[in-house]
Amino acid sequence: MTATAPVARKRSAFTKGQLPKAAPYVILAAALVVGAAVMALIGFNPFGWGIVSAILFTIGLVSLTGITEGARKAKDKLATCLVVGSFLIALLPLVSVIWTVLSSGIPGLLTPGFLTTSMNGVTGTFDNKSVEEGTKVLGGVYHALMGTLQITLVATIISVPVGLLTAVYLVEYGNDRALARAITFFVDVMTGIPSIVAGLFSAAFFFALVGPGTKTGAVAAVALSVLMIPVVVRSSEEMLKIVPNELREAAYALGVRKWRTILKVVIPTAISGIASGVTLAIARVIGETAPILVTAGFATTINNNVFGGWMASLPTFIYTQILNPTSPSNPEPSAQRAWGAALVLIILVMLLNLVARLVARVFAPKTGR
Amino acid sequence: MTNTPLTTQGAGRTGDKVFSGAALAAGCLILAVLFGVALFLVVQALPALVAPPDKIQGGHGFFAYIGPIVVGTLIAAVIALVIATPIAIGVALFISHFAPRRLASGLGYVVDLLAAIPSVVYGAWGAAFLAKEIAPAYEWMASNLGWLPIFQGPASATGKTILTAGIVLSVMVLPIITSISREIFLQTPKLHEEAALALGATRWEMIRMAVFPFARPGVISAVMLGLGRALGETMAVALVLSSGALTASLIQSGNQTIAAEIALNFPEASGLKVNTLIAAGLVLFVITLGVNMVARWIITKHKEFSGAN
Repeated sequence: MTATAPVARKRSAFTKGQLPKAAPYVILAAALVVGAAVMALIGFNPFGWGIVSAILFTIGLVSLTGITEGARKAKDKLATCLVVGSFLIALLPLVSVIWTVLSSGIPGLLTPGFLTTSMNGVTGTFDNKSVEEGTKVLGGVYHALMGTLQITLVATIISVPVGLLTAVYLVEYGNDRALARAITFFVDVMTGIPSIVAGLFSAAFFFALVGPGTKTGAVAAVALSVLMIPVVVRSSEEMLKIVPNELREAAYALGVRKWRTILKVVIPTAISGIASGVTLAIARVIGETAPILVTAGFATTINNNVFGGWMASLPTFIYTQILNPTSPSNPEPSAQRAWGAALVLIILVMLLNLVARLVARVFAPKTGR
Repeated sequence: MTNTPLTTQGAGRTGDKVFSGAALAAGCLILAVLFGVALFLVVQALPALVAPPDKIQGGHGFFAYIGPIVVGTLIAAVIALVIATPIAIGVALFISHFAPRRLASGLGYVVDLLAAIPSVVYGAWGAAFLAKEIAPAYEWMASNLGWLPIFQGPASATGKTILTAGIVLSVMVLPIITSISREIFLQTPKLHEEAALALGATRWEMIRMAVFPFARPGVISAVMLGLGRALGETMAVALVLSSGALTASLIQSGNQTIAAEIALNFPEASGLKVNTLIAAGLVLFVITLGVNMVARWIITKHKEFSGAN
């Protein structure tokens, strides 16, 4: 104790009346210990331990600061604790979701044939047999994967030209006219259309056009492009806007027509951003369930015709396997397939996000002087 | 005038016309699509709206059918916002003003990952993991807070309640509110912040005096965009909630939302039922359209938050 006394006397006037730097760590350690003790009394689990320790830490730090440094500093510490705490809380579901999908999905994904077989002919009898006798779970996601890829491809083919041309109109021709402002506003509003309403629109459109009960991959693709177009417009518009005006003016000065300027100068300059925006838009719609549910129906077989017949997709496959298991008495094989499909879907989405970032980096225009 | 290469009226002008025409047409197509959404929904919904009351599911007409579901939708959305708003503002503040500068963008990306996970996966997670884990908490609420109508027992043993659905929804709207709020917090004029700090304000006082007054309209519109998402989200509710009649208790099974009602019934529906469900979709469309338009209007009114949209 005598060793610490001179140190305390040496503290400068600026840091007098402040908690030492190590104080938060000491309080954290104390909170963890006390938290563990409390949890030992009422039954230990790591989640509760974290919560109790965090609350104890906050109380300890705030009250100690209040005593030594005053109420204003204490309030500041409280706010800091709450802000950091909310960030940690936000991480919980992310970690939990990823952990759940990985732990439940890997057995499904590693089943031989999961990616290469469809659900054609897989009935409850096979599932019951696999539960009772421990044989491998039959059936897979091939049909759903193909369906997702085809529907998304058609949606992309519809959305990209429309979205890109609209962005070109807004940036190059709009000049802040009333029409351009209206388009900007309604594109923003369109971003907020609930996905199921987009599905219902497409269904209602084709019911009126082709006949009641029309459900094909193309109907789903139209529904998805309603969701995708505003995303493509927004991201392409942002990218076209940051193309320096000097480039356009240089092209005009050389006598190049406006449309050639746009095609040869403006869009190539912005292509990396546009491509990554399109990829992100694909990533957004590839996981949409509700619009496909009401437009493409469910199929258990491979259907390579977008314009005829019901079509499966990964999200609806997950949905139906969970809600209506193939064998109602033994839902485990269906759950295993659903989680396997969820893992495939998440991997797809993450890959698309990664590709978007890579595209943005690799194809970025060389700006060095 | 002789045709020198400079004055040749060749493909160039036609190209210009075609290209600008195509761009204009694409822009108009978007307006037409939005108009078409409203038009086709109305056309297909009309039979349900004019049908005799006893033909509609429930037997008391369309509005008696849709009323409880609209209330259920609002309950789920309100739960989601009550949970998500404070956390989202906290996360946005953490990334914009508290986290070490070097980590901030990486942490922002982590939160954006929440938005990348497909909704059906959230639904499956809520049904398979969260509902099971949270059921004991509902038991506790029913026995200790049961005197409140919203926590009235008996609690659902499976945990598949509107409160669970609301929690899953809150996870899904969190990244939306966070990313917009973060952009706005970052746009607070640096001089305001530095002036507050120079006067001796603590960090929290600086945030209250400089950041919040500047960001308030933007945060409000961010919350409203989150509301629009929560109202229209389908899968989280369809998979998590075991639906039923409208009840005040949040921890019993019961209640239903528009989007989930459509998703659960549309695939097997036929005849007038299809029209009824499309009419329900129309109601949802009108509600979310209203919410989104107000949010966008607030954002455009405060043009300085250009990063907010």
